[in-house]
Amino acid sequence: MEAITPDIIQAHQLTQEEYEKIVSILGREPTYTELGIFSVMWSEHCSYKSSRLHLKKLPTTGKHVLQGPGENAGVIDIGGGYAIAFKIESHNHPSFIEPFQGAATGVGGILRDIFTMGARPIAVMDSLRFGPLDDPQAGARNKRILEGVVSGIAHYGNCFGVPTVGGECVFEPGYNGNPLVNVFALGVFKTDEVFLARACGLGNPVIYVGAKTGRDGIHGASMASAEFTEESQQKRPNVQVGDPFLEKLLLEACLEAMRTGAIVGIQDMGAAGLTCSTCEMGSRGGTGIEIDLALVPQRETGMTPYEIMLSESQERMLLVAEKGREEEVFAVFRKWGLDAVAVGRVTNDGMMRVKNHGQVVAEIPSKQLADDAPLYDRPHTQPRRSAPMEGPDFRSVSLQQDLEALLASADICSKRWIWEQYDYMVRTNTTQGPGGDAAVVRIKETGASVAMALDGNGRYCALSPREGARLAVAECCRNLSVVGALPVAATNCLNFGNPERPEIMAQLVEAIEGMGEACRFFDTPITGGNVSLYNETLGEPIDPTPVIGVVGLLDTGAPLTTSFKYPGRAVLLLGGAGQCDLRRFGGTQYAKVVLRAMWGLPPELDLDYEKRVQEAMREIARAGLAESAHDLSDGGLAVAAAECSFGPAGVGVHLDLECDLRPEFLLFHEGPSRILVSTARPEEVRAIAARHGVEAPRVGDTIKNRLVIRNRGTVHVDRDVARLKELWSGALEKMLRA
Amino acid sequence: MRFGVVVFPGSNCDHDAWYAVSHNLGQPAEFIWHDSATLGNVDAVILPGGFSYGDYLRCGAIAKFSRVMQAVRKFAAEGGLVLGICNGFQILVESGLLPGALIRNRGLKFICRPATLRTETIHSPFTREAGKGSLLTIPIAHGEGCYYADDRTLDELEAEDRVAFRYVDNPNGSLRDIAGILSRERNVLGLMPHPERASDPLMGSVDGLALFRSMVSSMAVR
Repeated sequence: MEAITPDIIQAHQLTQEEYEKIVSILGREPTYTELGIFSVMWSEHCSYKSSRLHLKKLPTTGKHVLQGPGENAGVIDIGGGYAIAFKIESHNHPSFIEPFQGAATGVGGILRDIFTMGARPIAVMDSLRFGPLDDPQAGARNKRILEGVVSGIAHYGNCFGVPTVGGECVFEPGYNGNPLVNVFALGVFKTDEVFLARACGLGNPVIYVGAKTGRDGIHGASMASAEFTEESQQKRPNVQVGDPFLEKLLLEACLEAMRTGAIVGIQDMGAAGLTCSTCEMGSRGGTGIEIDLALVPQRETGMTPYEIMLSESQERMLLVAEKGREEEVFAVFRKWGLDAVAVGRVTNDGMMRVKNHGQVVAEIPSKQLADDAPLYDRPHTQPRRSAPMEGPDFRSVSLQQDLEALLASADICSKRWIWEQYDYMVRTNTTQGPGGDAAVVRIKETGASVAMALDGNGRYCALSPREGARLAVAECCRNLSVVGALPVAATNCLNFGNPERPEIMAQLVEAIEGMGEACRFFDTPITGGNVSLYNETLGEPIDPTPVIGVVGLLDTGAPLTTSFKYPGRAVLLLGGAGQCDLRRFGGTQYAKVVLRAMWGLPPELDLDYEKRVQEAMREIARAGLAESAHDLSDGGLAVAAAECSFGPAGVGVHLDLECDLRPEFLLFHEGPSRILVSTARPEEVRAIAARHGVEAPRVGDTIKNRLVIRNRGTVHVDRDVARLKELWSGALEKMLRA
Repeated sequence: MRFGVVVFPGSNCDHDAWYAVSHNLGQPAEFIWHDSATLGNVDAVILPGGFSYGDYLRCGAIAKFSRVMQAVRKFAAEGGLVLGICNGFQILVESGLLPGALIRNRGLKFICRPATLRTETIHSPFTREAGKGSLLTIPIAHGEGCYYADDRTLDELEAEDRVAFRYVDNPNGSLRDIAGILSRERNVLGLMPHPERASDPLMGSVDGLALFRSMVSSMAVR
């Protein structure tokens, strides 16, 4: 047996104190296999050791919540006897090293989290961040990563048969060396069909199902808990390889096996594979699990216990069945052509006991391994910030050209090139697909629909993590309200740099607090999520990027979309023109694209006003008064007006404003709490707004084929919609080909 | 009319097809497992979209060896109606029930979008209710949907009025804009677009129902 030296401990990314804690838990030195087991379970990725203390500040309960954090996914009640399970996860590190497989297995992992609970996945969204495609040094690599990630997501989701219904994609230099791939999935099931990842019932068999175990992905969880260095490319073998076909079979077999009633508990093997599923199921069930590795189906010969326990081979599940009913479970998996083997049993001694051909190779108290990971209160100072507080003195040369530049810019331009590669319609539930403010998927069984959106803004958070996180929650809830959905719950993915640096830790703490405050305010408890730290390459951290996913409920019906439908309709700016000054303009897309600068603070958010705007919007949508609705976000009023004009009808707008803001701010500031609505019944819309104490000035009328923006008689923009649309819709492909 | 929807391992539009004919059309429908040697008591068979057997090797190449396909061949030979959608179309060409091949899209990328189809013939049990030349909006979602055949085959398809649908704006490079073709006996149709996704007003189009309705009405006059 290999002796444990300080070098080995360090290679496992464990500190000396952590090692001593292991020794005290075991009452002896760990074996090499045990050291490996502790190292993955106590990695940042699995244990949340830097963030756990602060995650407790997030709201997690609410009237819709059936299951909060701690299981594979959160669950909320959607009425009619049905529930949805949903969660977001990151696959940032693997996607940088091997974009296609990294992203594909990211989709595979989150899908398993959903159907492990018994829910059938019905929607996926993804939140992506890349370095700029025209970056002088990294541009070519960024293009390759984007193409790889998108085709990886498409490959896995399309074959599995889950629609990818929406998401977001942003380009910033901070992601040059560290792209972000966050994948959200949502599934539906009956409220009495929820399965938990618990090992219960002394003597019950522990059954391994799905793909065989190979040497892929060993230490994936630890890799995801370290910064990138120049040698990171050598970690390519740490990235797993996905097989969506196998996952589809696993889905159908698991759901069918669950219906037999013979399954007691089930957990997927994701990060830290067999290790994580065994000890967590035992820990949650208050039991122990004993397995023999000789029984584990293996793809390669000569695998050591260490390798088998740490493998992250994909498409595998561990389940506990009722003793005596194993054959019912085996029969289902046989039907689907999958391996299903009893590898152990549930014990009552609280130990995770791993044998190899009958010989014990690891024996660890499950609870301490799973739940007693080190907890760090890492020092945090002021959030890292490189942008100045004061902005430059600038004046636009041509607002019309500024608008064209924004429409053709990477963040704002159409992402059709991306989402057309995703099957966003399979399962015939997508009433509102990609390209809208929120995606809407109907639940065939109940007559209700679920709306969902993802939002995050690294620029805002770089200026103020607290305000940026609040703004992300507000925008996400607004996106849902725009389609008439009531936001009810949320999931988060917290992407940050190295938490051991106090100024990065401060970003994390402030973002969590801001997110918690806003989620509490909007009554959208966070039922689960993911923290991804150490997003740094060669010491350069990403912008702090908390991403929020909010789900909401509405009645099934024809969707309210962003595009203007008919000319001659009134256009109202629900929420009003808003306020802005130079300092609050520094995080805008205008500052980024036109001025190539960043300064100051993110737009100011009044939570109370935001909530009233959203309530008014939902009431307007439900009453069927709006023909179109689109929230103002990146690029402000002018960009929103243009986007509303890009629908199939070719209807534009003549905005005729009476506002004292300077024109650059009026057209392009990104103040929240604003929604552009077109309606044939403006008085009724205004009456609803007034009842909620919300401004809703009539700012113009829809017209055929043109976009005109005028303020106090001065025409700032007058353009053909078709011309603008061409710039907007072709920009991404143009950048990729350049 | 009783529809049977075949379920291969990896089929993922099976439920959608079942839902379209049972809920949107109101006809009885059942699933047929790929391992089944018979089709039971069905009047028409749908081979749905998806990735049968993972579509490893070539799309549809493994499915053609499945037990159910022997029953489908026999059913077709006896004049039964067989509709292959997307992966189902690929399986039909691999099985030799339809000529030609479906290869990678010209742009080498998976494409999901609504497509406009022109109905080229109404002389078939699948298109008799559509109206000659009528334009249908039906989504596509495929990576390998470029229809390919030699000139003689293409000429023959046209001469025999066996091109059922053409793309108005060819999305994938299909030769002669072909989106769907009929067998010589006209009782087998394969097409890449997904009529089951255009069978519900909530999905934005109900043009796909024309195909299913045609099948039902052709059955009535048989």
